Parts: sequence; structure tokens; C-alpha cells
Amino acid sequence: MRYLMLMKPDFANSPSGPSEELMTAMGELLSEMTKAGVLLDTGGLGPIEQSSTVRLSGGKTTVHDGPFTEAKEVVGGYALLQVGSREEAVEWTRRFLDVHGDEWTIDIEVRPVMEAS
Amino acid sequence: MDEADERARRAVEAVWRIEAPRLVAGLTRLVGDLGLAEDLAQDALVAALEQWPDEGVPRNPGAWLMTVGKRRAVDLIRRDQNYARKLEQVARDLETAEQTTLGDPGQAADAPDIEDDLLRLVFIACHPVLTPQARTALTLRLLGGLTTAEIARACLVPEATIAQRIVRAKRTLAEREVPFELPEKQELAGRLASVLEVIYLIFNEGYTATAGEAWVRPALCEDAVRLARVLAGLMPDEPEVHGLVALLELQSSRLGARTAADGTAVLLGDQDRGRWNRMFILRGFAALARSDQARKEAASEGERSPGPYALQAAIAAAHARALTVDETDWRIIARLYDALAAQLPTPVVELNRAVAVSRADGPSAGLALVDRLVATDALPHYHLLPAVRADLLARLGRADEARAEYLRAAELAGNGAERTLLLERARTPGSRPQASS
Repeated sequence: MRYLMLMKPDFANSPSGPSEELMTAMGELLSEMTKAGVLLDTGGLGPIEQSSTVRLSGGKTTVHDGPFTEAKEVVGGYALLQVGSREEAVEWTRRFLDVHGDEWTIDIEVRPVMEAS
Repeated sequence: MDEADERARRAVEAVWRIEAPRLVAGLTRLVGDLGLAEDLAQDALVAALEQWPDEGVPRNPGAWLMTVGKRRAVDLIRRDQNYARKLEQVARDLETAEQTTLGDPGQAADAPDIEDDLLRLVFIACHPVLTPQARTALTLRLLGGLTTAEIARACLVPEATIAQRIVRAKRTLAEREVPFELPEKQELAGRLASVLEVIYLIFNEGYTATAGEAWVRPALCEDAVRLARVLAGLMPDEPEVHGLVALLELQSSRLGARTAADGTAVLLGDQDRGRWNRMFILRGFAALARSDQARKEAASEGERSPGPYALQAAIAAAHARALTVDETDWRIIARLYDALAAQLPTPVVELNRAVAVSRADGPSAGLALVDRLVATDALPHYHLLPAVRADLLARLGRADEARAEYLRAAELAGNGAERTLLLERARTPGSRPQASS
């Protein structure tokens, strides 16, 4: 089963960017997850100012620059995992958060991907 | 057990699944006996189940489990003089481990030789002295980190049977004194073939379930793909390992399209290709490219043509590239089957080759190959042989002969849904040819 990790840093209570140390530690963890056959894809998202929101309502689509409403939670990155259980997805997520250390405040939402069969 | 306890137990077991392979591998190297190492690892799991729910999961759970496992080994030495000589080294290692592992999480357990230990574990679990069933059970248990109950569920056999298989397998390895070592260079190809075969068997048991009600069991396929990816990380220079990864990723991409709403099988030619998973297709292409790369780099040592897994992956990739069944490049597929038949001259490969050749060069060319196969009497009870022959006869306008072959195929088909399909075709031969699965 696949799970999508949606990373939502609390930017007000976190450093402005990852330190070199964090980049190294994260690189090692992601490589370990790849070698374990668990990590299918991962990426960071660009600034929210560069996003567009396309909205369907009453049969009409409208396009807005930026997020449609004042977003409280902003997704900063994602990872797609293939694991044996929900608990395993949570454990990898815990490890991902662990490498960030004390300075960061991050929520990660771990959602199952609907499987076709 | 209340809900919170249950949740805590499942969290510990998730860590276990991640850590068990390296833990058992490291302990086996230390104590020199797979069975004993697994017992020690189980003790460590029990300790974790006792402590983690209250104290939380440690920062480096792998190192924690390894330390507990080693401590249990030392306890054994103190209790039992028989182990004393054997485990002397463990006691010495433990002293160092106490200082480094617990004080400095993130080290020790990730020492580079743990990957070699893991690879040794792969080879011992798939050792030729074991029966194929035992290899499968041991591989899922030691490398997949599955519990006996999970393996039993996956393989649709009673838990006691799986437990027995694992016990016997470990006994066989001990009795035959199979060393915990990587194969020597001259036997590597054969031993690796056994490993790849075990993983492919696990995948196929999920992909075309031979037992049970469901036609596919995706969880088993996922376990197999994951094992193949792990192996690719451990043996990045082996073209056939990447070939197997590519094959499994590509076949996984079709999982969602292979079952109809009513649970029956949908054959390749009839699948809704929009439901093929593009990410797995692209992962398959990437693994195939790595296989090619590794083969070219190894070419100086005499390995020139792609192996059977890479060839099968290339065939799957050719299907994946066709957005509709009519876009299929049968010339390339027929050529790949020629190469595959040269390396893996089994009747089933020959039959698939005949189908591909009939698509590339016309039904007469395909029929000639099928008739050659019929003459050898290699597949007397295989329903797809008369079914393919019937399709080719129908395409050649030989309706009466086609009808007789469809009826023969229907008689041999074990699966009710397939039989219905074949009887249907027997009534109107020539209306639509059957695609291979």
C-alpha cells in the first residue's frame, strides 16, 4: 500500500531553511529509504506566492494567483511511500522528523493512496 | 488488551519489520548460527514490546535492538558453557557496543559491513539446499520482516505449516553447515539465479494467485518488489537484479487493470491502459536502463547479451510503451522473444514467442512455431496451447479447425471464467483473437 506524506512546516516556529547538516542527514535517510524499497518519490514545493488556484464552482472555473484563501497549513513538501502497513508509514515519518532536530516545528499528514484493485 | 496497547504493539512491530533483516543479519555473523540469531532477535523484540510503549521508541531503534540482542547472547554464554567458546567474540564486541551504540545513536548499526551481512542473509535464505517453499518462507520472514502469521496469510496456508517450514529450513542450514558467507565468484551466477527466482516466485504468487478466491494478491506483489529493490541496492552492479526490478515494477503497473469489477481476470490486450500506473512504468524503464548500463560495464568480463529477467522486462516495457494495443511494436517483441527463447528455451516462452511472431510476421509464421511445439508434446495439458493455435487458425480463416481447438482448450481450462470465454469463441471462431495475458 502507498502513503503520501504531506509535510507542513510551521514556518513561524522553524528556521528559514534547512541547514547543511540537515540536508546531509536527510539525504542519508532518503537514501536509506530508497534502499529499503520504501521511497517511491519525494520533493519540496516552491513558494506559495508562485502557486495558482483554479477553482470550480457552479459549473464555472476561475483562476487565482496564490492560494485561494489565507491558508493556515501550507504543504512544503511530499514523499510517496510504499509500505506494508499504516504503522510502518508512520515510523518512517517519525524518522524523517527526527533528523530535523529541535529547531523545527512540522506537522506531517500521512494519507493512504487509494489503490485501484 | 486495550486499544492504546494494541496501537503501541503495532508501532513496535512496524519498527521491527524495518529493522529485523539487518538485526538478524548482524547477529548471525556474530553468533554464526541463523536459528540462534533469530531467537536472539526475537528476544530483542520482546524487550522492545515491554519497554517502548512506556518509554517511547528510541532515537536509533536498530542500534537499540542490536545491543539487546548481543546482551542476550552474553546471557547465554554465562548460562551455558557450550556457547561460551562460540560466543567469546560477542562478549568483547558488546563492551565496545555499550560505549558507542548507546552513547552515539546513528552509528554502529549502520557500519558499512552490515550491508554485506544483509546480502549474506539473502543468499542463505535462498540457499539451494532448501526447498523452494522453504526459501520463500525464510525470505519473507528474514528479509521481508513478515511474521509467521503474515506469511501464512499471504501464502494461504496454515500458520503451523509456515512455522514448520521455517524451523525445518533453519535445521537444514545448521545440519548441512551452510556458512554465512557470500558465494564464491564461480558459483555466484547460480546462487544469484536462485535468489532472483525466489523473489519472482513470491511476486507471481501474488500476481496470478494459484490458490484462493482472488485472482491477484497485491500485498505479496508489493513485498516482492520491495525485496527486489533492496537487492538492487545491495548488488548495484548485477544487470539481472535491475532486470528483475524492472520486470516487477512494470508488471506492478498493471495490477489495477488486471481485475474486472466482478473480480475476473482481464487479459493484457483487453486492459484499460489508462489504469496502468505511470509511476511504476517509469520506475520500470529506469531500472531497465540501469540494467543495460550495468551490463555494458560488465561486458568486458564477457557478459554481453541481456539475461532472461532483463529480456522479460524489455518485453513488458514494449507493451507499456504502446498507449493502445494496436500501437504495440510486435517486431521488437518478437525479436526479444527470440533472444529469450535462446536463453530460456521453455515451452511457455516458445508459445509466447509464437504469439509475438504471429503479430509481427502474420499467423502462418506463428502457426509454424506452434505446430513445432505441438509435435514435441511438451505442454499436453496446457489450455493456452490449443487456445493460441485456435486463434491463429481463426485468423487464417480455417474456422472448423479453430472451433475444434477452442473446444479442446475449454476442456483443459481450469478456471471457469476462462472456459466460458473459450466456449464463446468456439461458437464464433474468427470474431476476435485472444491476446496473451
